Amino acid sequence: MAQTAAVAKEPKVPRRRSANPRTLPYLLIAPAVLLMLGFIAYPVASVFYYSLQNYNVTKPWRNGFAGLDNFTRIFTEDDQFWTTLGFSAQWVVTQVSLQLLLGLALALIVNQSFIGRGVSRAMVFSPWAVSGVLTSTIWILLYNSSTGFSRYLADAGIGDYGTSVLSDTGTVFWAATVAELWRGVPFFAILILADLQSVSKELYEAAAVDGAGRIRQFFSITLPHLRDAIILSTLLRAVWEFNNVDLLYTLTGGGPAGVTTTLPLYVANTGIEGHDFGYASALTTVAFVILLFCSIVYLRLSKFGGDHK
Amino acid sequence: MTAALATHRGDGLPGALAHDAPPPAPVRRGRERSFDEPPRWQIYLPLGIYLVFTLVPFYWMFLFAVRPAGSTSLVPWPMTGEHFSKVWNERSFALFFQNSMIVGVCTLLATTLVALAGGYALARFDFKIKNLFMLALLCSQFIPGALMLVPLFEIFKNLQMINSLGSVIIAETVFQLPLSIILISGFIKNVPVTLEEAAWVDGCSRFHAFRAVVLPLLRPGLIAVGSFAFVHSWNHFLFALMFLSEQDKQTIPVGLNTLIGADSVDLGALAAGGVIAAVPVVIVFAFIQKWLITGFSAGAVKG
Repeated sequence: MAQTAAVAKEPKVPRRRSANPRTLPYLLIAPAVLLMLGFIAYPVASVFYYSLQNYNVTKPWRNGFAGLDNFTRIFTEDDQFWTTLGFSAQWVVTQVSLQLLLGLALALIVNQSFIGRGVSRAMVFSPWAVSGVLTSTIWILLYNSSTGFSRYLADAGIGDYGTSVLSDTGTVFWAATVAELWRGVPFFAILILADLQSVSKELYEAAAVDGAGRIRQFFSITLPHLRDAIILSTLLRAVWEFNNVDLLYTLTGGGPAGVTTTLPLYVANTGIEGHDFGYASALTTVAFVILLFCSIVYLRLSKFGGDHK
Repeated sequence: MTAALATHRGDGLPGALAHDAPPPAPVRRGRERSFDEPPRWQIYLPLGIYLVFTLVPFYWMFLFAVRPAGSTSLVPWPMTGEHFSKVWNERSFALFFQNSMIVGVCTLLATTLVALAGGYALARFDFKIKNLFMLALLCSQFIPGALMLVPLFEIFKNLQMINSLGSVIIAETVFQLPLSIILISGFIKNVPVTLEEAAWVDGCSRFHAFRAVVLPLLRPGLIAVGSFAFVHSWNHFLFALMFLSEQDKQTIPVGLNTLIGADSVDLGALAAGGVIAAVPVVIVFAFIQKWLITGFSAGAVKG
């Protein structure tokens, strides 16, 4: 193959060698850069711009420069901002910590060698590929009060007929949490299992010779090795859980009585259904700053990429 | 990984050890068991519990999809196709399926091509705005897609692309790009640059060397990135919900959401719709899952 190529391409070589290296990288990243400028940077800039404007298509007579009015309104008048922010925090912390713990346990289990490992891996990881809407579909079937799981439990004498965990403000949080865990745990399990592949076997052998048991080995070798991967994946996941609205939008619609409305759901309602785009933009800006601030604090506190390895 | 596993398993086989080097064999096996092999029940019990948690919901959906309306049987027998033919024909899932396929395949192709170019630039060149570009890729991970809906809607309205699948394809590609570029550049870095240089010395152009030497080695990585793009766009809901208001342009997740939101939810039809939505991603997942672990360890974290 190389020989035919040499014959065929010989004349082109000098031209390419002289022209390429300077401009080629820019040409290569140009499509990505243009797409991101047009469809990420420009929308972000317009959100920042509109956050300083009164902009509501249903009240065009009020449109115009608003200064910091939108922001003052958020921090002084808007109770819903604080409630939804509080729920978002609760949601993100619950999801990320439980997903990490279960995902870590799962990864450690399927990293052992046992009969049926390949099939088990494929099956426990499979909800990773399932969408938020499909997750909602499945769990609506399970939670349904007349034909769902609770009916069969009631048949067996556990619980009452006609209870729907999704319409009770006391149970809806855990009902949604379980559904999201179902599809969220495989993400951590996959990433952690991937990182487990690179732990050197000699370390364990040396530790075993020195008399360290399996629990000691886990805390002294495995966990330090996974450190950076865990920090990075928890951060990415926290941002993702904060921003993602598919599951709650379709499973609970933010209800009942608004108790499962996250900040992004509130923003979407304000901007899209309430048509108050100026105020929604200000909310977006605040959410973005909070997210960025928390991420930086988290990376600092966890000493990401430090000398622990 | 497969190779590593094979060696590891080989080590455990007494025959192989006896053939190789008999004296160290007992020591080695003893040590391996102590750190590598906890009691069987400590594996199978938690795994079994977790498998039940994972599989019962899938089974539940399948059960509702195939059992006749009004039945409360917990076994999927006798089976019926009535729910499937209902959602496929009356609820336009045939059309939604086609639209989702178009979006998924186009996003896959666009994402992979653009990310391949960008990833190659990051992996093989030093250029002025390289660090800035990397920073932009990472920062874009913090931008909530849901909160960009309104400005994106205005852009597509100005481009007259509302109600065209193109708008969803572009939006999906753009939000899929940053991670794909980072992943692909990680994969390309793992291909020794000396291989390419050898091809240049043989007279290959840069492009030809890339195609003949690097591309074949990138196959697992490209499969991983392409599958992510496909699965992600197949699953994604908000862009399609917002940009495609005409019913004959909608995608599967939007169709499912319509079924969920119907006044009296037809659970059989909903379950059948769910099964239709799940089939392509299950196939893709079964195809890529053995690459998933290696793909991540090669590209993601070390990139």
